[in-house]
Amino acid sequence: MSGKKLLQLFFNMLYISAFTFGGGFVIITLMKQKFADELGWIDEQEMLDLTALSQASPGAIAVNAAILVGWRTAGAAGITAAVAGTILPPLGLLSVISFFYASFISNPYVVLALKGMQAGVAAVIFDVVWSLGQNVWEEKSIASILLMAIAFIAAFFCHINVIYIILATASFGIIREIFRRKKGEA
Amino acid sequence: MIYIQLFISFFQVGLFSIGGGYAALPLIQNQIVELHSWMTMGEFTDLITIAEMTPGPIAVNSATFVGIRIAGIGGALAATFGCIFPSLMIVTFLAFLYCHYKGSSLIQSVLFCLRPAVVALIFSAGLSIAQTALFAERELRLQNTDWTGAVIFLAAFVILRKRKCNPILIMALCGVSYLGINMLY
Repeated sequence: MSGKKLLQLFFNMLYISAFTFGGGFVIITLMKQKFADELGWIDEQEMLDLTALSQASPGAIAVNAAILVGWRTAGAAGITAAVAGTILPPLGLLSVISFFYASFISNPYVVLALKGMQAGVAAVIFDVVWSLGQNVWEEKSIASILLMAIAFIAAFFCHINVIYIILATASFGIIREIFRRKKGEA
Repeated sequence: MIYIQLFISFFQVGLFSIGGGYAALPLIQNQIVELHSWMTMGEFTDLITIAEMTPGPIAVNSATFVGIRIAGIGGALAATFGCIFPSLMIVTFLAFLYCHYKGSSLIQSVLFCLRPAVVALIFSAGLSIAQTALFAERELRLQNTDWTGAVIFLAAFVILRKRKCNPILIMALCGVSYLGINMLY
């Protein structure tokens, strides 16, 4: 059973990693759809927690997320399976490309297909954000909605480094809890 | 020993790049162009283009690409392991902390605040990708709009909303239809 799960983890990560263009958030979106929505190994809230953790840790977000999801589903063996699945496709593909990279980046068909895939990637992310945003909205918590709006403005319009946004939000969470405790004592 | 040098260089890239892909670029440049002269600036620019155009994390892609050009497959492996090694240690430790203290009200409060922020960050990343994909020079002007891309984007979004189909299949279809439409005209 556990061996089967490890194989599933490895091949799912291999598949996701092989088709994920455009960095960390894209792969996290696809991982959420696979492991939370489809397989139900992780619940949605936990997936968001793991996303924050992989963002705040050094290194490639995709690798960090793979470590967390692997560990969460199958411990140390899960980490090995998920990380191997994540790095094998880029390792293989880049090895091949590095031998004839000049002809690869100047091939107009390659460029066009990749351009179209970018539009697809954007659509996939919008779809997931729609669902996640709906859940936040339905919490009917003003704090959550405000945090979402402020974080968005800070990231998209002010180009503030993601790591500072996460640190500031986490600090806000700590202060909020301290205030709440003080209120409880009084 | 070139393998050890590659490992150490990319170990530093992995250790100090917080916030993913683009945060790693200046570090990679520093290691491979300035410190070790393994590549020229022109080659480095090609490397970024390829790393962005191909699947996988930019740091891992760069590690493979640099490693293989410097020291073959062994070099690629040394650089890639160097790159993911810091993550393995630090993230495993954070996962352990998360698991142990998840129940505490302080961590609950932090996570409660982080979740909506993370949703916003994902949205922001999605918008940037849409901007690159649908507008020439990333400028939001009507005459810069790539209408083929915009139609494909909208169609993909509607299909994904209406029915839960495989996102990777949708992405591949977008690539194929974009290529097809552009070849017809």
